Amino acid sequence: MFSSNEILETLRMIDQEKLDVRTITMGISLLECADDNAEALAKKVYDRVTRSAEHLVEVGNAIEREYGVPIVNKRISVTPVSLISGAIRSPIPLARALDKAAEATGVNFIGGYTALVPKGMTRANRALIESLPEALSETNLLCASVNVGSTRAGIDMDAVRLCGEAVKRTAEATADRQGLGCAKLVIFANAVEDNPFMAGAFHGPGEGDSCINVGVSGPGAVKCALEKVKGEPFDVVAETIKRTAFRITRVGQLVAREASRRLNVPFGIVDLSLAPTPAMGDSVAHILEEMGLEKCGTHGSTAALALLNDAVKKGGVMASSHVGGLSGAFIPVSEDIGMIEAAACGALTLDKLEAMTAVCSVGLDMIALPGDTSAATISAIIADEAAIGVINNKTTAVRVIPAPGMKAGDRVEFGGLLDSAPVIPVHPFGAVAFIARGGRIPAPLNSLRN
Amino acid sequence: MDKEAKAIVTVLGLDRKGIIAGVSRVLYEHNVNILDISQTVRSDYFNMMMVVDVSDPDCAFELLSTELTSLGGRLSLQIRIQRSDIFEAMHEI
Repeated sequence: MFSSNEILETLRMIDQEKLDVRTITMGISLLECADDNAEALAKKVYDRVTRSAEHLVEVGNAIEREYGVPIVNKRISVTPVSLISGAIRSPIPLARALDKAAEATGVNFIGGYTALVPKGMTRANRALIESLPEALSETNLLCASVNVGSTRAGIDMDAVRLCGEAVKRTAEATADRQGLGCAKLVIFANAVEDNPFMAGAFHGPGEGDSCINVGVSGPGAVKCALEKVKGEPFDVVAETIKRTAFRITRVGQLVAREASRRLNVPFGIVDLSLAPTPAMGDSVAHILEEMGLEKCGTHGSTAALALLNDAVKKGGVMASSHVGGLSGAFIPVSEDIGMIEAAACGALTLDKLEAMTAVCSVGLDMIALPGDTSAATISAIIADEAAIGVINNKTTAVRVIPAPGMKAGDRVEFGGLLDSAPVIPVHPFGAVAFIARGGRIPAPLNSLRN
Repeated sequence: MDKEAKAIVTVLGLDRKGIIAGVSRVLYEHNVNILDISQTVRSDYFNMMMVVDVSDPDCAFELLSTELTSLGGRLSLQIRIQRSDIFEAMHEI
């Protein structure tokens, strides 16, 4: 049995250091719903989701009460919609059906309005990408993603161009909410099939009928642990992060196992991520600053993040029977109080963020850009980010919000988990001719790696 | 099965009369057996941990949890009950 100190430590991590389970996400396959009648397809999708996830929120809440650990979100991910929309003209009825199903089950997001196009686009994929502005402006809980590149296939630059336009038009379609629609749209390279985190969650075609994936969190717990090793060498820093990540992940594993048992749905993976929130004491940027940086984004930030990302994985991997998803440290700007401060004071620029994405778990996340940023520039940002992922064999992503009417230095207020974001300047020089080329950037060589 | 049936009750707050009596009464009413108690009072600050057996089929965990929380509200204490697995997960390999 454990000691009273250990009991107090657990309570402290939950109460003061904001240890929580960030999400229980139920993956649901929609492949069985395929139909060439749009109305029938939408109904089957709605029924399948609401039936499968009927008890998800209730079970999540019960586990939260019994174990005394907050489970912040209950969510659903589904099969990429473009895989079942091939025989209907527009996927929009499915967007509405999924949004309604999410509302009926009480989850706070549903992900999977997705197209996987690393090499080429089917008609259904293209229709889905072109429908994004409408789908995201008409729904509340639906999250969308597009995979435009992979290490095996290279980068589909036609899809990159379409996605830049989709981001731009989604911002315009949700201009009354400061472009909030873009917060629900992620453009990936090397997307993973079992990610439980929004907005990029989808239930990949290689998954079973359904599964439970859990995303842990706990930047606050890591920062508090590091406060106790001030001035110690990096060996100690890495060890401390690993130990903390191990504990955090064990909680995630326990919750995942319990949710899987109670819902009678197979356990998928635990995603070992440090996912920040805008609350004070829940920031990844503050962990980097605790390592000795004056402000996140200054020289040294990439090295600090590389160490953090690697140590989180090493610590967590032994604590769970199956690790997957995005696993690592997230660096979303608007969801992290330290990142918001660093961007507002000019310490954190778009270029530095891009460099940091080469070593973090995902990519350019929740970054507000000036409203007059062109679609071609957004596509070029997507292409840069995809290149980092494809060449380095990692997942990268872009979730940017060209906030309508906003200029660099302004602040966009989204509220809730998304909080606020300072508008970060982009380079004033265009990439129109570059993006207009289209075609594919070939898959990279995987030897001679210098 | 035995493992799953244990829970930890923690009580934190300013010391006063009747804390143990109040908590024990709620536990007794729910057919919960107390397996271990440790308690310290430091500068009037009361800190108690109980290991309890919640395996009795008559014990409705959620109701018990709600009653302990509301007892905590009445006594101005923080009282909570958590299944012991979470502590085992975090502190044992």
